Amino acid sequence: MSYTKKILRVNLTAGTCAAEPLNLEWAGLYLGQRGLATKYLAAEIDPKVDPLSPENKLIFATGPLTGTAASTGGRYSVITKGPLTGAIACSNSGGYFGAELKFAGWDMVIFEGRSERPVYLLLEDDQATLLDAAHLWGKTVWETEEMIKGAHQDPLMRVSSIGRAGENGVLFAGIVNDLHRAAGRSGVGAVMGAKNLKAFAVRGTRTDAYAVAEPEAFFKAVDAAKAVLAANGVTGQGLPAYGTQVLMNVINEVGALPTRNGSGVQFEGARDISGEAMHANRPTDGKPNLINHNGCFGCTIACGRISKMDPNHFSVKDKPQYHGASGGVEYEAAWALGAACGVNDLEALTYVNFLCNEDGMDPITLGSTIGAAMELYELGILTKEEAGLELPFGSAEALVKLGELTAKGEGFGKVIALGSKRLTAKYGRPELSMSVKGLEFPAYDGRGLQGMALEYATSNRGACHVRGYMVSPEVLGIPVKMDPAATEGKAPMLKAFQDLTAVVDSAGICLFTTFAWSADDIQSQIQPALGGDWPLDRLMQAGERIWNLERQFNLAAGFTAKDDTLPRRILTEAAKTGPYKGNVAELGKMLPEYYQVRGWTAEGVPTQETTVRLGL
Amino acid sequence: MHKSLKLDPNKCTGCLQCEMACAYQHHKTFNTSRSRIKIFSFEAEGRKVPYTCTQCDEAWCLHACPVEAIVRDAKTGAKVVLEDLCVGCKVCTVACPFGTVNYMAKTGKVQKCDLCAGDPACAKACPTGAITYVDADWTGLGKMRQWAEKTDTNPATV
Repeated sequence: MSYTKKILRVNLTAGTCAAEPLNLEWAGLYLGQRGLATKYLAAEIDPKVDPLSPENKLIFATGPLTGTAASTGGRYSVITKGPLTGAIACSNSGGYFGAELKFAGWDMVIFEGRSERPVYLLLEDDQATLLDAAHLWGKTVWETEEMIKGAHQDPLMRVSSIGRAGENGVLFAGIVNDLHRAAGRSGVGAVMGAKNLKAFAVRGTRTDAYAVAEPEAFFKAVDAAKAVLAANGVTGQGLPAYGTQVLMNVINEVGALPTRNGSGVQFEGARDISGEAMHANRPTDGKPNLINHNGCFGCTIACGRISKMDPNHFSVKDKPQYHGASGGVEYEAAWALGAACGVNDLEALTYVNFLCNEDGMDPITLGSTIGAAMELYELGILTKEEAGLELPFGSAEALVKLGELTAKGEGFGKVIALGSKRLTAKYGRPELSMSVKGLEFPAYDGRGLQGMALEYATSNRGACHVRGYMVSPEVLGIPVKMDPAATEGKAPMLKAFQDLTAVVDSAGICLFTTFAWSADDIQSQIQPALGGDWPLDRLMQAGERIWNLERQFNLAAGFTAKDDTLPRRILTEAAKTGPYKGNVAELGKMLPEYYQVRGWTAEGVPTQETTVRLGL
Repeated sequence: MHKSLKLDPNKCTGCLQCEMACAYQHHKTFNTSRSRIKIFSFEAEGRKVPYTCTQCDEAWCLHACPVEAIVRDAKTGAKVVLEDLCVGCKVCTVACPFGTVNYMAKTGKVQKCDLCAGDPACAKACPTGAITYVDADWTGLGKMRQWAEKTDTNPATV
């Protein structure tokens, strides 16, 4: 039934590893990965715990389609209480690590407690060992992965690790596997660092650990779904050619590209940092930034950017370690490091993106926080003396320097490491943090796209685009075209997107499939993989259950309806240019309806009727 | 007509659908550690490269086998391991210059690409055309066509 039916519990305080059976009753309600791990976390920790304390837990979880032939079936998620937000944190990654974990025979690994000394977990099939990581502490992700594979003489091993950012407590540190695929957002790497867990290496050679329930029906559905991806313009052509960067010029023209810390909605340098620019030959060396595109495990879309920098660019001139190919900028990273900071130097963006992969940082929060620091500098609140450098909007030099300092935990990088909410509060201007619940919003402006405004305000892990991607209906017309400026109809559509996304994130597949796949396409693959009876309404209800469970966790952690809001700027300062000039985010018109369609009270609390209906 | 697997690294994205298909075809598992075709990642160059047995005519593995457990499939030309005869001595893994015959500790036998009796699962699973199964005499046809396209044969200039 596509589960290994086994989870590993690693107690870092005691230094023990123990296998236990997967709770199949919960799996039937929460599917896997995001949903199921959230259920475990919510059942096992007090939502009020300090995220960086030993009482918090860190869960690596796969879904039932992880490690199967389903297209994109290689995802895993890391679930914990987030240190940046204090809310539920769940970050999803591709690459090959997730499938390998399943091959080794595990649905999920729960890390609890805190090791006294740096350690890493080596998981070879049934054999779990905690090993000393003193020699790895202080090393980057790239060095760590190479050293672990070398030490065990196993190039087929997959490694997930933190870099120096996670060790140094950068609150938006990520966990990186396969060199440049990341569980990037909401600070899951900081939790790993606080546990003194440097890395998690896995090698799976088991052939009998799990199997799909109905192979013939499964392959039929999988083949049909792959054909849908291949035939679709976005997943079959746009994403392979341009990656998510296909969006840069599109969103800029829509007037929804937050620019210079959200002071504008269009960036005059958008073209310079776009997917098209990555393909063009650089004037400096006549070569393009983009050299290839890669897929994660099982992925027949292959949106991953592989870039090579101009070796003479100022950021890498004397640093040959950055002259080889590595993970290039995706749209959100290009926006955060670019438009949010007013920087149009694609090579500088690529370099800082390399740093984010190398030392495990979320480029969205990094860029947005540097953008906030730049605004504080422009306003004269943050001085050159205090920051140690001049940091006007548009300075590629400042972006590069602050990226390096943050990764290394030096100088003003220690302040950037706190994220924009704490940075702006420190300087008495909290309204200049472009965040919700402490998490910086990504590359879409709520003044242009009203549905995204509602998504940011209500997303359980803080402002986020991958919890309910309203850009699909508002810009791309998927599944239907909605007027971006309208507020009517956005609440029910967002609920449907959020619930479906929870299913996708819990199944082991990539959200990008939903540009092409309908809910039915997804159901048709999950059903034969799991066997039993998984009609669409059961799946969608599982998605709704997951959403409400996350909401309950946040409410118990101390969040209230007051936190379902947006930065003041997005609510009160009208867009100055673009098709939606004069607009602000009309959250007040949508939020009450959203609570209503969710079956929540006016205070944003799930009603008893809702919790009973969902079995919570 | 004999056919050959044609591997085109320029089209490979590293998705491992081929490895899963191979593992499933022969071992009924998705675990890519059982695959007979492997995708190699050259990170610094940003390249993914598929590699498997090229089915040598004078196959070193076949000649090295002391128990004649590797035979030529007359239909496909593939060199096929007869598991019932294989004694797991691994001499073929030493003899093969390319490393494409490998021992499996769990079964005590060697395994290598057998072209799936003429219908290779990897080629069917590849989403980008990086692995195709084509006329063995014309594996260079695609490249020839690319170069042919570059020649200047504009009729107007003749």
